[in-house]
Amino acid sequence: MARKPNVGIVIVSHSPKVAEGASDMVRQMVGDAVPLAAVGGNPEGGLGTSVVAIVQALEQAWSEAGVAIFVDLGGAETNSEMAIESMPESRQGRIVICNAPLIEGAIIAATEASSGSALDVVRLAAEELLGKR
Amino acid sequence: MAEAIADHADELTMLDQAIGDGDHGLNMRRGVEALARKAEDIASGSLPEALTSIGRTLVMTIGGASGPLYGTLALAMGKALPATPTLDEIGEALGSAIESVKQRGKSDGGQKTMLDVLIPVHAAIASNVSRPLEQLPVIAALAAEATIAMKAQRGRAAYLGVRSIGHMDPGARSASLIVGAVCRGLRGYGHG
Repeated sequence: MARKPNVGIVIVSHSPKVAEGASDMVRQMVGDAVPLAAVGGNPEGGLGTSVVAIVQALEQAWSEAGVAIFVDLGGAETNSEMAIESMPESRQGRIVICNAPLIEGAIIAATEASSGSALDVVRLAAEELLGKR
Repeated sequence: MAEAIADHADELTMLDQAIGDGDHGLNMRRGVEALARKAEDIASGSLPEALTSIGRTLVMTIGGASGPLYGTLALAMGKALPATPTLDEIGEALGSAIESVKQRGKSDGGQKTMLDVLIPVHAAIASNVSRPLEQLPVIAALAAEATIAMKAQRGRAAYLGVRSIGHMDPGARSASLIVGAVCRGLRGYGHG
């Protein structure tokens, strides 16, 4: 492949339905142009987040260009941080949690990523959305 | 001391019965049930190994913010403690574990969290409290009570703002229950 890989997107919600719906909305926007994984629910499938599931999502959406994570509430962020720390060290520096609204942020980031932008640009694009509100 | 960990199953069942509602209760229950299932395995290792295993299990099973927070506490203590620690060493390890929890939760004392129990318990150990196994549960319980008057600044309770005043913080409550259960367990083993 001549082209560099696009940044991947991971969506982490407390709700499996929100994760699935947000993922659908991102796919509608960018199709298969960016690696994408969405997870929601605690280890029993109820509302919450699971470190194990987030690690799997990071592996699924892994890109050599890095991965941008979008979270909803506090526990999703804390568990995402734990998940990043359990990734290989060589990858940890290429995973960021974006400070942006889950759905809007993920869509903006995916759109930016689909044009081949680098991880820091993808993150900036997503986080600027928050600043404009 | 490592044997005391085996007692966790019973201690944690007590914990379980004490907080039976809300998300936090359900999440903590899932965590301690996972620990109870692994109790024998956990107890077979040294104290640092047992704490590391407890921490990993909590992180993987709780599924709420308390998973990483209690998990970090146990993992950090496992890292800092020797196999047969003195009370001083336990105090030092708790102190560094509290710093790890602060970083993980981006929080500090006075924000209506589990830290409001852990910090005074650590201070009591550091000041050489007499009869720690009797005193620490009382200090922890009073510290949890003291969160009633606080305004939540971290976690989802922070969304309630001033309306969070008047309710005890569940994380502080569970931390106090854990301190009580651990001290009870250690008393049962005749340590002192």
